Amino acid sequence: MALQYKYVAVPNLVEIRDLHFSYDERSILSTLNMDFPRGKVIAVMGGSGSGKTTVLRLIGGQLQPQAGEVVVDGQIVHEMENKTLYQMRRKMGMLFQHGALFTDMSVFDNVAFPLREHTNLSEELIRDLVLMKLHAVGLRNAAQLKPAEISGGMARRVALARTIALDPQLIMYDEPFAGLDPISLGMTANLIRKLNDALGSTTILVSHDVHESFLIADFVYFLSGGKVVAQGTPAEMMVSTDPYVKQFVNAEPDGPVPFHYPGTLLADDLGFGAHA
Amino acid sequence: MIVVFLTTIGRSVREFVTNLGLATRIFFAVIAASGGLLRRPRLVVSQIHFIGNYSLVLIAVAGLFVGFVLGLQGYYTLNKYGSEQALGLLVALSLTRELGPVITALLFAGRAGTSLTAEIGLMKAGEQLSAMEMMAVNPLQRVLAPRFWAGVIAMPVLAAIFSAVGIIGGYIVGVKMIGVDEGAFWSQMQGGVDVWNDVANGVIKSIVFGFAVTFVALYQGYQAQPTPEGVARATTRTVVIASLSVLGLDFLLTALMFS
Repeated sequence: MALQYKYVAVPNLVEIRDLHFSYDERSILSTLNMDFPRGKVIAVMGGSGSGKTTVLRLIGGQLQPQAGEVVVDGQIVHEMENKTLYQMRRKMGMLFQHGALFTDMSVFDNVAFPLREHTNLSEELIRDLVLMKLHAVGLRNAAQLKPAEISGGMARRVALARTIALDPQLIMYDEPFAGLDPISLGMTANLIRKLNDALGSTTILVSHDVHESFLIADFVYFLSGGKVVAQGTPAEMMVSTDPYVKQFVNAEPDGPVPFHYPGTLLADDLGFGAHA
Repeated sequence: MIVVFLTTIGRSVREFVTNLGLATRIFFAVIAASGGLLRRPRLVVSQIHFIGNYSLVLIAVAGLFVGFVLGLQGYYTLNKYGSEQALGLLVALSLTRELGPVITALLFAGRAGTSLTAEIGLMKAGEQLSAMEMMAVNPLQRVLAPRFWAGVIAMPVLAAIFSAVGIIGGYIVGVKMIGVDEGAFWSQMQGGVDVWNDVANGVIKSIVFGFAVTFVALYQGYQAQPTPEGVARATTRTVVIASLSVLGLDFLLTALMFS
């Protein structure tokens, strides 16, 4: 009897194990372990330079780790052939920090781009799908505008529509709330949660925005210096006594994360150090 | 002192070899990614239109002026030997064999080449290429390959236009302004220009220059640092490297073809 292979879905869509990543001598991530269960919204939070965006790029296979592994849907990303990697990316959507819209295309064509590249749908059907996606982000009537004619916040919403154009299994958002006005911010946060639930997808949300992220996330990781320093549900994080989490959640200027980049003292630079 | 000097030389050689290897890899990757364009020729056609629009007026005006100068200089020299009847031949041979392909390639590098580098560099800086990769679309196939083949196709067409307009320029100066016999101008040209030895070799040169200039421009854009200074430096490098490549290749091709 011929062997029959049965596809068994692993509970975590993405798993990160003992991951090390550095740019030349500069270490970005070290001994990182994270799990991203299917169907959940997972927020990855941390200060600037903590390695949040690098995690997304490693999951997407745009960077290669020096050690450890990123496993997506049971497959190790950095061991994939180029063809397999591109097949995996078809199931992913990523919203870039600044939108990354194609500036030579209209808003409509930007959202239609993945549909035209990966499907054989008729132009009529593509039109309907694109308008529905744009309607979801409130920009259906801006379809014919060019990216240069819309604001930064609107560009982010168009990019969001493009990210979900193919109803991806894994959606990664890199700072989706940055630069949005309060109305768009609330709407975007709601949309991220609703999309995750409606599509049955898994969401990785990289953000600084504590309030909005805690509202929609099922689980939160806090990164600092390329390591997970705290993790738990938003409710657990709100009452956490961990100094890093407390400083971040309450936006305290003093704490384990210094405001000033490490180096010499101001008094020394101004020449007062000798008199002190 | 000697150690520092040797280290600098070593580092430069290593960087050069690394870049050469990377460029070769990307070149073959672009060629390998070009198969998909047969199913979507529209991508190449729109780029030919784009690149042609960029360069056509410049090429035509430059061709006309070069033709004017060739008419004047040619007449000055030929007149000394009483051979001004051969002015048409001199103008046509100079343009088809040498000036047409070379000057077109240099102008193409300065006009369309810099534009391609800046476009790709800014796409990289704006994370558009990364976004494309994450949408499972290979930027080499979707962005670089159509532009590459558009440049390779546009170059010989532009060189032909340059030569044709240059001949008209030589005709205006030689025949209409100086008074060289019109019949002699055209008949000497018709009798002396060989389609294979002169015109076809010029076309081959312009195709090779098209490969070189377009690839240099695309490679520099693709490898540019994603910052305003990085894109500016890449654009400058495109002009320098492409121009020197054209002149070096011109010598090699001329030696091979006319030896």
